Amino acid sequence: MIKRRSLLAGGIALTASRARAAAPLKVAFVYTGPVADEGYTFQHDLARRTMQSHYGARVQSHFVENVGEGPDCERVLRQLASGGDDLIFSTSFGFMNSVIRVARQFPDVKFEQATGYKTAVNVAEYNLRFYEGRIVCGTLAGMLSKTGIGGYVAAYPIPEVIMGINAFTLAARKINPNFRVKVIYINSWIDPGREADAAKSLLDQGADILSDHMDSSATMQTAEARGVLAFGQSSDRAHVGPKAQLTAIIDNWTDYYIKRVGAALDGTWKTGNVWMGLKDGAVTLAPWGPGVTQAAAAAADKTKAGIIDGSLQIFAGPIKDQAGTLRVPAGQTMTDDQVLKMDWLVEGT
Amino acid sequence: MTSDLLVPALVSATTSATPLVLAAVGETVTERAGVLNLGVEGMMLVGAVAAFSVTALTGSDILGITAGALAGAALAALFAFLTLTLAANQVASGLAITIFGGGLSSLLGASFVGRRVAPLAHVHIPLLSNIPLLGPLLLRYDPLVYLSIAITGFIAWALHRTRAGLVLRAVGESDVSAYALGYNVLRIRFLAVLFGGALAGLAGAYLSLAATPMWMEGLTAGRGWIALALVVFGAWRPWRVLAGAYLFGAITVLQFYLQGAGFVAVPTQFLAMIPYLATIVVLTVISSGGARRRLRAPASLGNPFRATT
Repeated sequence: MIKRRSLLAGGIALTASRARAAAPLKVAFVYTGPVADEGYTFQHDLARRTMQSHYGARVQSHFVENVGEGPDCERVLRQLASGGDDLIFSTSFGFMNSVIRVARQFPDVKFEQATGYKTAVNVAEYNLRFYEGRIVCGTLAGMLSKTGIGGYVAAYPIPEVIMGINAFTLAARKINPNFRVKVIYINSWIDPGREADAAKSLLDQGADILSDHMDSSATMQTAEARGVLAFGQSSDRAHVGPKAQLTAIIDNWTDYYIKRVGAALDGTWKTGNVWMGLKDGAVTLAPWGPGVTQAAAAAADKTKAGIIDGSLQIFAGPIKDQAGTLRVPAGQTMTDDQVLKMDWLVEGT
Repeated sequence: MTSDLLVPALVSATTSATPLVLAAVGETVTERAGVLNLGVEGMMLVGAVAAFSVTALTGSDILGITAGALAGAALAALFAFLTLTLAANQVASGLAITIFGGGLSSLLGASFVGRRVAPLAHVHIPLLSNIPLLGPLLLRYDPLVYLSIAITGFIAWALHRTRAGLVLRAVGESDVSAYALGYNVLRIRFLAVLFGGALAGLAGAYLSLAATPMWMEGLTAGRGWIALALVVFGAWRPWRVLAGAYLFGAITVLQFYLQGAGFVAVPTQFLAMIPYLATIVVLTVISSGGARRRLRAPASLGNPFRATT
């Protein structure tokens, strides 16, 4: 909190100078976690830094980290907007409603909201198809698991997390129809101690491949210590699990940030709603780890190619839910809208 | 739950409870001397980052653990200076220490994020550690687990069976009377605060070196607050505090095993809430009627003391 205040203190008098053409475009980023989280927020900031060096003196970017969802976020957004920032990237789902409210009061400021669904004239949405990475991970898990049980340490039962679990499970069961995924929710984005406890309990219950949807590398660390395999999340975690990591889903926001800041610079910025994936290079996979066999690598490459050329639709029916009820009939594929609202787990979890 | 799951579950519960035991027993000593230090979370964080960075730089666990305890004590010294020397409000100062410790630990730890250290070695006694059930359950932890239990035993004994313990409790019950009897209230409280800080630092060191050998911002994830609740839960008695920490650890871990076993009849949010709910329930039971009289919180807890005569 102290940090945040001192960051914000500087910018109050700059509103008047915004019209001056020579002044650099001021771009702010609002993060929910610390930039040193080795995951989600780290990747956003990595992209911000790359964008900054791409545009050099034409852009002046800064960030506010550890921002709480709710009133805290709204206050930060309002201060940024009134403090002279021209373009504000808000990087957490929980910020969405605050962004919409603040954007209404600052029609001259452009907002970009990551992982949400509401847009406005000056609010664009952008998101990554993280689940496409999960499909490749699921394929590897199906190929490499000996017990046929995968463990999944998840943050909250929200659509963003659930679609990942489902994509992983469906992909693994395409390889091994008896594959099962045990899911544990931590009900927090970050708590290394409990993540490790959860990971251990999954291994004790027969899982031999771990996946996580958390912001720390505790699951990878547990897998490395126990000599089992695991997938990295948000950023490459091979330094934590040199033997354990099969691959990692790496968020790459760089291209999008460069493109959108460029549009704001030359005056072509318009609202929009994009959902980028493997095809766009926005979701990438870390190099295969030592645990990936040739056969598994071939299967994973095939899956990846299928996602990119569109021949593999993971949410194509028939899909049953946990209770065995048919949710997606054969011949139908879930729409993006349906996927974004997914609140049920598939059969096999 | 079958017995092949029971042992790993209990082992996990123990490692999950150990940082709570250390921090809560330390805070028990502080509170028995009449000082309420809400800065446990901050002291744990500073201890965690100090322990991790020193171990990462020197490769020595012992130095890291010592640094963790010293760092916790150093932050506690700041708290003691504010509340004892300057007689500032203890609640406000404690909260300030938590926020300050959080920021300081992020700053100090920034360059250590993502680095690795070897986890703290576990004890292995030839033959004994291999006894089925008992071996893994009792004789295969890292040394800090045993240390935390030894410290609890020592504090329980010292508080109730030694003269120093009697003096410490007297200071916590009635600072004015203790002062009138010739005891240096402020010095005794200062030492109690330092001890509590050192144990909080040790608890942090346990997290960053043994439980999850890593450093990241906010590593303690609220455990300092749970430790504070456990002190009340254990009615300021070391063994009860330890029992509370183990109960808490067991419930935390149990809900993971239940989820992993596909126990979906209860929402996971509810399962995550259980440890906190359990704290509230026990607090309510303990605080009611006759139990409340037997609870006996230190009478001078939270009172600033100024030597007037």
